[in-house]
Amino acid sequence: MTRIFAKTKLLESQIDEYLNDTSQVGLLFLEAIKDYLEGRLEEFESRRQQVGELENHADELRRDIKRQLYAETLIPESRGDVLGILENTDEVINAAKVTLTQVSAEHPDIPDELDADFIELTDYGNRAVQELVMGIRAFFRTAGVTDFVHKVSFWEKEADTVAERLRRRIFAMDEELACKIHRGSFVRHIDTVADQAEDVSERLSISAIKRSI
Amino acid sequence: MILFFLSSALFLGWSLGANDAANVFGTAVATRMVRFRTAAIFCGIFVVLGAVISGAGTTETLGQLGAVNALGGSFMVALAAALAVLWMTKAGLPVSVSQAIVGAILGWNVFTGSQTDLDSLIKIVSTWVVCPLLAAIFAAVFYLAARRIITRWPVHLLELDAMTRTGLIVAGAFGAYALGANNIANVMGVFVPAFAVRSIDIAGLFTVDSVQLLFLVGGLAIAIGVLSYSRRVMMTVGKGLFRLTPVTALVVVMAEAIVLFLFSSQSLESWLLTHGLPTIPLVPVSSSQAVIGAVIGIAVVKGGRGVRYSVLGKVVGGWAATPAIAAVLAFLGLFFLQNVFGLNVARPMPFRLSEAVLERVSAEGLASLSLEELKGKSFENARAFRVALVDGTDLDGADISLAMEFALSDSFVIVPELIDEFDPSLLTVGQTDALRSLEWRGFSHEWQLRERLADETAEWALLPDDRENHQHNKAVRYRLRHVYDTFRVEPAEHGR
Repeated sequence: MTRIFAKTKLLESQIDEYLNDTSQVGLLFLEAIKDYLEGRLEEFESRRQQVGELENHADELRRDIKRQLYAETLIPESRGDVLGILENTDEVINAAKVTLTQVSAEHPDIPDELDADFIELTDYGNRAVQELVMGIRAFFRTAGVTDFVHKVSFWEKEADTVAERLRRRIFAMDEELACKIHRGSFVRHIDTVADQAEDVSERLSISAIKRSI
Repeated sequence: MILFFLSSALFLGWSLGANDAANVFGTAVATRMVRFRTAAIFCGIFVVLGAVISGAGTTETLGQLGAVNALGGSFMVALAAALAVLWMTKAGLPVSVSQAIVGAILGWNVFTGSQTDLDSLIKIVSTWVVCPLLAAIFAAVFYLAARRIITRWPVHLLELDAMTRTGLIVAGAFGAYALGANNIANVMGVFVPAFAVRSIDIAGLFTVDSVQLLFLVGGLAIAIGVLSYSRRVMMTVGKGLFRLTPVTALVVVMAEAIVLFLFSSQSLESWLLTHGLPTIPLVPVSSSQAVIGAVIGIAVVKGGRGVRYSVLGKVVGGWAATPAIAAVLAFLGLFFLQNVFGLNVARPMPFRLSEAVLERVSAEGLASLSLEELKGKSFENARAFRVALVDGTDLDGADISLAMEFALSDSFVIVPELIDEFDPSLLTVGQTDALRSLEWRGFSHEWQLRERLADETAEWALLPDDRENHQHNKAVRYRLRHVYDTFRVEPAEHGR
């Protein structure tokens, strides 16, 4: 009996760790974009690397959690939902990592007057990720998932508004089309983080309804 | 030969395991919270323990319904019940060995012209309504409490899972124990009178009486039934009727276990008696009915949506069909056994209105000229005597029952050697002395022997049936039953 509870505790801490990683990726993503826009390229690279490491760590954790849930036939009713949520959360981490890798490889040329909008867009993406993480923690304790789901959706819409504004401003500039398209693609990439967070939160709200005893 | 007869009881035990016992852990297995193997092992162990340690409580009620008094009859009654349950198990329907055995005993009563004790029948049949209702109420209350607790004190999903799992095993083990205690009488009850009453010493360590040994064998048969054939019924219970979550599965098992316990605990009965509270009849109830009641209880609290009424209809139909099928099978089977194989399926229970009987009934205030006209006549069985009383006398219902009670003929001789063979733990010293004082005396009615013993010592006397005397009378009746079975002689032996 103590064995069951010890295993439960271990798994619980692994899930917590996974969520910590996700939250940290959101924060690092924001800081990295700020660094890039403000020309601190070394710091940017260092943060990008950290995001890569966190992504690997989160992947390992997720695989181990999945193995334990199936091997020990734990939470049989919610197992599918929990794994679905964790896997979709991984997409959020991936979106951040891919965006940073692209910035690092393609060095987009962002004019200073757009910095504030890019930072605002990234910030909303990060907020969506933070609310999502809290929502998932609440899901494991059947408490107030809806509040967090609502906030994720709010920040995703805010991000969409900023992204649209940015794109309009970019394409209104007197620049080469290639350059405008390049900048526009970064707007889309950064916005993906909030979009992915919203996808997970939708899944989360359905799982929360299913979880009620 | 007795082992051959016992085989049908073992078959019935197996059916009980495959159907009734499956219910206990059904919801746990169907929600994948407990592995089938784990459930089967726990269930098997605790059913055996329940049967051996506290199995005696419900035997008496079944015995009152109809005293199947020959091994051939017991064999067929158990076989008919087992076949009826097997049929239902194959259909994946949770039914009850209790219902099957009651149906089969009624079949025996009809075939042999014996009397059906209406009071016992009503008592048993009413539990078929009360038991699921009670389980539904318990389940609804537990469910609401669980929901409140979980909302108020949020527990981590994984911790809740571990707690539910532990709870399911503990409650399931308790349920299996209660089921063993409550239902073993169904399986082995009809064989109890056929076994000797002496205790068996096991390697000088502890002693088991023969009834416990009989119950152990029955318990093992149940355990094998669980292990080998119970999965299908488990799935109907846990999935077919209404989608259960792990926590509701636990609520179902708890409600069921408590209901089974209420109907089988002798200690609870005596506690209620000593505290002046109303008692619950110790009747073999059905775990199937308890489980289905509990599931429906939760479904109702949850708003009644999602209940598969077609499955519920089939289950309830199965409950109605089981006793009927068992009764018909028992009747047909007894006919074959008696007329084709020439087996003795019932000890004759003739009725005779002798001088002594007439005196005795008039002492009870029953004086009827029309009864005098039947004086000296013998009747083959209860049915024939009842017909004669109804047609030939002006007696009413209660008087007829009284006349039947006293006119039932039998023969007993108090053989000294048999007194020596009595288990010393069964009788008090006073009761044994009373028996000794009657050595070599013969009696031709149960009441004669009973009243003679009561004249010797108050320890054999039955007191007025009220709350205070309940336990005393129960114990005396149990011992009297042993005395009748031990000292009964076939009419041919009587002359010695």
